[in-house]
Amino acid sequence: MSPALIAVLPFLGALLPGLMIRAGRNACAATTGFVTLLALIGLLLHAPAVLRGEVITARIDWLPQLGLTASFFLDGLGLLFATLILGIGLLIILYARFYLSERDPMGQFYTYLMLFQGAMTGIVLSDNILLLLVFWELTSLSSFLLIGYWKHLPEGRQGARMALAVTGGGGLAMIAGMLILGQIAGSYDLTVILQAGEAIRASDWYLTALVLILLGAFTKSAQFPFHFWLPHAMAAPTPVSAYLHSATMVKAGIFLLARLWPVLAGTPEWVWIVTSAGLITMVLGAVIGLFKDDLKALLAFSTVSHLGLITMLLGFGTKAAATVAVFHIVNHASFKAALFMAAGIVDHEAHSRNIKRLGGLRHLMPITFAITTIAGLSMAGLPPFNGFLSKEMMLEEAAHTAPWLIPALALLGATFSVAYSFRLIAHTFLGPRRSNDPHLPHDPGFGLWGAPAFLALLVVLIGLMPMTFAGWIVDAAASAVTGGPVAAKIYHWHGLDSPALWMSLAAVGGGLALLGLHPALDRLWQATPRPEGKRIFDAAFGLLTRLAGGVTRRLHGGALGQYLALALVTILGVSLYAFLSGSHSPGARALQPVEPVMAAGWLALMAASLGVALLHRQRLLTLVLIGVVGLMVSVGFAYLSAPDLALTQISVEVATVILMLLALNFLPKTTPAHSSTARKTRDWAIAGATGLGTAALIYALMTRDFAFPTIAEYHLANSKTLGGGTNVVNVILVDFRGYDTFGEITVLGIAATLIFALTETLLRPGPANDRLRNWKSDTPDAGDRHPLMMVVATRMMLPIALMVGIYIFLRGHNVPGGGFIAGLVVAIALVMQYMASGFGWTAARQRIDYHGIIGAGVLVAAATGIGSWFAGRPFMTSNYGYFEIWPLEKFELATAALFDLGVFLTVLGAVMLALSSLSRIATRAGQTTNTEAYDMQDKFQPEDK
Amino acid sequence: MELLVASSVGLMTAVGVYLILRLRSFPVIVGLTMISYACNVFIFASGRVVAGLPPILSKDAAAYTDPMPQALVLTAIVISFGMTAVLVMMALGAFFEAGDDRVDLDEEGAE
Repeated sequence: MSPALIAVLPFLGALLPGLMIRAGRNACAATTGFVTLLALIGLLLHAPAVLRGEVITARIDWLPQLGLTASFFLDGLGLLFATLILGIGLLIILYARFYLSERDPMGQFYTYLMLFQGAMTGIVLSDNILLLLVFWELTSLSSFLLIGYWKHLPEGRQGARMALAVTGGGGLAMIAGMLILGQIAGSYDLTVILQAGEAIRASDWYLTALVLILLGAFTKSAQFPFHFWLPHAMAAPTPVSAYLHSATMVKAGIFLLARLWPVLAGTPEWVWIVTSAGLITMVLGAVIGLFKDDLKALLAFSTVSHLGLITMLLGFGTKAAATVAVFHIVNHASFKAALFMAAGIVDHEAHSRNIKRLGGLRHLMPITFAITTIAGLSMAGLPPFNGFLSKEMMLEEAAHTAPWLIPALALLGATFSVAYSFRLIAHTFLGPRRSNDPHLPHDPGFGLWGAPAFLALLVVLIGLMPMTFAGWIVDAAASAVTGGPVAAKIYHWHGLDSPALWMSLAAVGGGLALLGLHPALDRLWQATPRPEGKRIFDAAFGLLTRLAGGVTRRLHGGALGQYLALALVTILGVSLYAFLSGSHSPGARALQPVEPVMAAGWLALMAASLGVALLHRQRLLTLVLIGVVGLMVSVGFAYLSAPDLALTQISVEVATVILMLLALNFLPKTTPAHSSTARKTRDWAIAGATGLGTAALIYALMTRDFAFPTIAEYHLANSKTLGGGTNVVNVILVDFRGYDTFGEITVLGIAATLIFALTETLLRPGPANDRLRNWKSDTPDAGDRHPLMMVVATRMMLPIALMVGIYIFLRGHNVPGGGFIAGLVVAIALVMQYMASGFGWTAARQRIDYHGIIGAGVLVAAATGIGSWFAGRPFMTSNYGYFEIWPLEKFELATAALFDLGVFLTVLGAVMLALSSLSRIATRAGQTTNTEAYDMQDKFQPEDK
Repeated sequence: MELLVASSVGLMTAVGVYLILRLRSFPVIVGLTMISYACNVFIFASGRVVAGLPPILSKDAAAYTDPMPQALVLTAIVISFGMTAVLVMMALGAFFEAGDDRVDLDEEGAE
């Protein structure tokens, strides 16, 4: 199975639980487990090859321009981690089936779990660091969902938020670090980066990249000072804690340190930062863990401590230490997952996780007791369990590391580790029963204890025969980490002259002593004030939120004018800076002559524009002036060789003015004088500067020649031969850039539908509708609602206008015209009927739904595009041919014309839907005379019969 | 000719900007319409302006103007109509919903 498929399988599997939950909880869990098992089998099939030292790769180019490829590779380290993720994932799926109660939505749980599993598998199999980053962020997101799974618990939500903020924030830092790494190495492929270790360590950017990447790894792996999020994530259901905090999420940071070990490790900076962070975390976690009464909190701090241990080992920078780190990753995953699950069983059965209220459970829950004892002694580092082996090796490594502080602190950590492990076993299972609960807890069914028992078995087997059960995978993974062949030798007995033996004995003795002193120490601990991570985090977060809120309120205070002014001033400032910091030369392009007609048009345009600004309080007058501006613009288009634009502009102009007139019917007819002189001056200043800037820019553009040859040549040369039309603008619209046009008519259709939806909302019962019903016109109505002259004229013009529209449509491919213009012309012809004869009269005769016209238009255009598939060509390839049908002359038909028909229908439908929506509002606003179909005969009926 | 086009674009922009900074919805819509004109002419003029050379292929045409900006502007004109229509509808809705046509949320913004 391809490594890519292994990484993708859990994501595919995430789709299933939501469906399968309908078939019951067993089916749901079985499906989820089956997908995981499939991925695990696929993975293990590669194991023999990987153990021989081969690297399995799969590569799919995703965004090659950005160096982003979906490439995966499977080496020893990836195999180790992927096996842990999928293997323990499988056990967790079994455990969660029996752990979750009837009320918990199980489908959701498994979906989140699979998403998380996929993200983790993706991290450990990625060969591209950009892809790795994507998976990395996905683990932050999916763990947020998992930790906050019990949405009703405030601690769950807070814990999830904290985990997301810390790990997500670290992830952002890591993105920057990885980008630097990629830049130095010249590739984002891990395999290339791993070869470029020398260059990276010698680079000036090494320290920056190191710190940023470590930020990501340390936040994820809960290293000091980011360790505080992990205990709060314990509010999650126990299967989540067991999965995230033993084998997966928190190990992601460790994985990254191990993965990049050949590249980043070995420098003094690495040794100092990583070793000290690991050491502090190890000691701190162990000490705090001893004083936690909540079983899961104790295990959480123990996890923090053990992660610190692994980090420290990786920090030493020696091959031997890195090998021990890999071995401890395996051991920690096995005993910690078992312990978490056992703690969940205790919680489930005894209904408490508080060590002070538990005790004496060994007779009541012998199986759980056995599992906890095996795993707990392994955590303490006692023989013959696997934790002993790796702890012994760790102490050995630490003992040979200068300065003396390191072995001393490692010993201190190990001592506290023994103490809390003993406390976990002794205070929970040994001694008298401390709870008064009449309900006696007992061992659960196999479903719950099966998974931890299997792990406990592994703990024993690896402990007894390390070379048989773990040596090979440790070798393979350690070889991948250190970049050279490793053959680990794992002994139980290092000899009497080994410092590790004496340190181990000291740790066990010290741990027992600490346990004996625990009541006294606990009182002292509770009395000592200490900084609380959560409080600091909350305070910092509160401050940030208030700061962001303050900025947002200031910038987004609800005053549109302020936002716009701010945005415009910013744009002006940036443009001015760009202008001043560049160089300029005068334009060389010859100016076009000015003809008197154009000068007159320009004068009209300028005067009308100024008029709009100065007289904008009188809204009707403004509309008239806007009409003049639009007209002059279209005359300008016509003069400057753009006949299509002129036609479009003038027909849009008519539609716009009608639209605004309809709206103005309701709105106040004048704008009250509100603004102070200061505000007006400010606005004129901004407006003047913007106008001057725009004018200068376009003037500069027009007086210079093109910097590069334009693509116009291609369009002009191929319009006839490829597109079959001589109107190049139209051919571009319906052929060369047909895809764009298709998008645009879709947008137009959506806009019209939006207008319709807004109208519907207005017409629904509510304050707006009440106001509409009681609306009184503030200007007197005209004496004649439907002037006879206009009625007659529009009705006579309708067929002519329609014919003109069709004519414009048909000729569009070769001379100015086309779907856009034809649609507008026909729409205006129809709107005139509404205006002259009233809404009711027209609506009664116009039976086609405008929505339908829009939909038909978009569909026709799409169908035309799809049609080219049947000719074996890409979407929207056009074709044309010449036909001769008697008595017509020889004429040309192009598929582009069919596409243009779609454009025509959409434009027509959109304009009509917009305008008729406004008319519907008018009908509602008490203009009841309009609802009856109006006809000319009414005019001639005697008023007083 | 270039100067005439540039000054028209500048003035239309200035008037549009001034109007969108007003406090009532109607001037804001009119202002946006003015800015649409200015933008359309701007894009059109970026293909350089020339009289009498329409991009309609024929045997006796000496040269053609750049058709590309024209095609872009043509759809832009139609889309800007759609946008204006949506805005008008929203302004009407706001007017009926709130009882006045201010564009600001609170009194503080209005001077």
